Amino acid sequence: MIYFDNVSKQYADNSIALDSITLAVDPQEFVSIVGHSGAGKTTLIKMLLAEERPTDGRVYFQSVDIHDLRRNEMNLYRRKIGVVFQDFRLLPYKTAFENISFAMEAAGRSDAEIKSDVPHVLDLVDLGEKMWNFPHQLSGGEKQRVAIARAIVNQPDVLIADEPTGNLDPVNTYDIVQILKKINDLGTTVLLTTHNRGVIDSIGGRVISMEAGRIIRDDRNGRYVF
Amino acid sequence: MFWTTNKRIIKAGFVGFWRNGFVSLSSIVVMTVTLLVIVASLLFSIIFSATLNQIKNQVDITVYFVTTASTSDMLALQKSVDALPEVATTTFISADQALANFKQRHATDELTLQALDEINGNPLGAELNIKAKDPSQYADIAAYLQSQSVSPTNGLPIIDTVNYNQNQAAITKLTAIIDGSRRFALILIGIMVAISLIITYNTIRLAIHASREEIAVERLVGASSRFVRGPFVIVGIMCGIVSAILAAVILYPATYYLAQTTTTFFIGFNIFNYYLANFGQIFLVLLASGIIIGAISSWLAVRRYLKV
Repeated sequence: MIYFDNVSKQYADNSIALDSITLAVDPQEFVSIVGHSGAGKTTLIKMLLAEERPTDGRVYFQSVDIHDLRRNEMNLYRRKIGVVFQDFRLLPYKTAFENISFAMEAAGRSDAEIKSDVPHVLDLVDLGEKMWNFPHQLSGGEKQRVAIARAIVNQPDVLIADEPTGNLDPVNTYDIVQILKKINDLGTTVLLTTHNRGVIDSIGGRVISMEAGRIIRDDRNGRYVF
Repeated sequence: MFWTTNKRIIKAGFVGFWRNGFVSLSSIVVMTVTLLVIVASLLFSIIFSATLNQIKNQVDITVYFVTTASTSDMLALQKSVDALPEVATTTFISADQALANFKQRHATDELTLQALDEINGNPLGAELNIKAKDPSQYADIAAYLQSQSVSPTNGLPIIDTVNYNQNQAAITKLTAIIDGSRRFALILIGIMVAISLIITYNTIRLAIHASREEIAVERLVGASSRFVRGPFVIVGIMCGIVSAILAAVILYPATYYLAQTTTTFFIGFNIFNYYLANFGQIFLVLLASGIIIGAISSWLAVRRYLKV
């Protein structure tokens, strides 16, 4: 489903972020990518979101090279992928409801769908009663749950979570991990990056370990090894 | 689908305008100043050309006929002068009318009137007053008059003097000043308008720069360029509309105050009355400029952040 073919990324200052990465992810897998800061986890995610282009190699999604996509094809592709960031990246002047409805509006969904789906997905992340709060009125854990709701509302094929628990306390971290597992159980492929040992050990799925831009381990039933 | 998207863009624009009030306010303030500069430039050039026209209207040349010139010769000359393309209007003043005018002018001057009575008869000749369409054309008209100074019927001179020859230096200088100052005013207005447009664009760019993270997130969520950019353009248009209304309100007391101080300077032109009489047109200029500046600035400013 996702295939990195010998992907390298070198930045303008000659620092190497990714070094010949080859990686395949199957549908409905739960893949955790671990490694220290600067190991290349976030760059790998950015390649998949086409936020940055690889210096070398190709990235395929359902057998299509995503860096060859045209503008409107890119929009359609991105609607198949939900993203959650460490710093939440909610739209600050929109309420929780509007943050989620924005993703649906952008995808061209009807007003009736928005009206029924947004409260539903907010209930799923247990935020039904804070629908009309602005991001600055929500706690870190609540913001991240809004971000997850936004990422999954268009029923994406893949959910990418880039250090989603990095700014959260253990209780909220546990909640977020449970939500991600639930989403995976419902059939969505999940790609998670983290450097939190507890998170990895509680998930227990496939674990890819990265260091200095390279994959150093890829365990089917992995544990945190750093 | 098309209408749904447009409806959503407009709604998002309105909501963004209110919720981002402080940023909108700073754009509005700067844009109001820009609109005031534009309208002030416009009013200035209107006052300027009105004043120049007043001055130009006071420039004329007068042909003084000899007392022996026949009426038919004089009227024939008026007709031929009227036919010249450079001439705007001609006024013929008969000898009797010239005398009446003279008497009226000197109504309080007993001595002159007595002297006139002594002469017994009309010492004054008829006059032909000529106004050209442009002051620079008086030289040509004077040259033409020179060639027509003799009666075609009996070969006797009919023109006594043409006062252009006395006023020539003044008229030439005035023409040069008028042309020069008009060019200077246009350049000045151009520069002022350009500077204020650049400042407005920069203010809007800064406002949108603050939203670059949001724009990136919206792109990553899969929103099309139009869907991301649209609300910003709507906010720009709304700022333009509010600024136009503010500028129109500010212009009311401003022109009132200016009218008090400038009527004597600009001959007979009252800027306050002009503003009231042409309010519709001026407001339309304000509104159109505001909307165009707001929309184009926002459209351009978002562009560089859409590349994600």
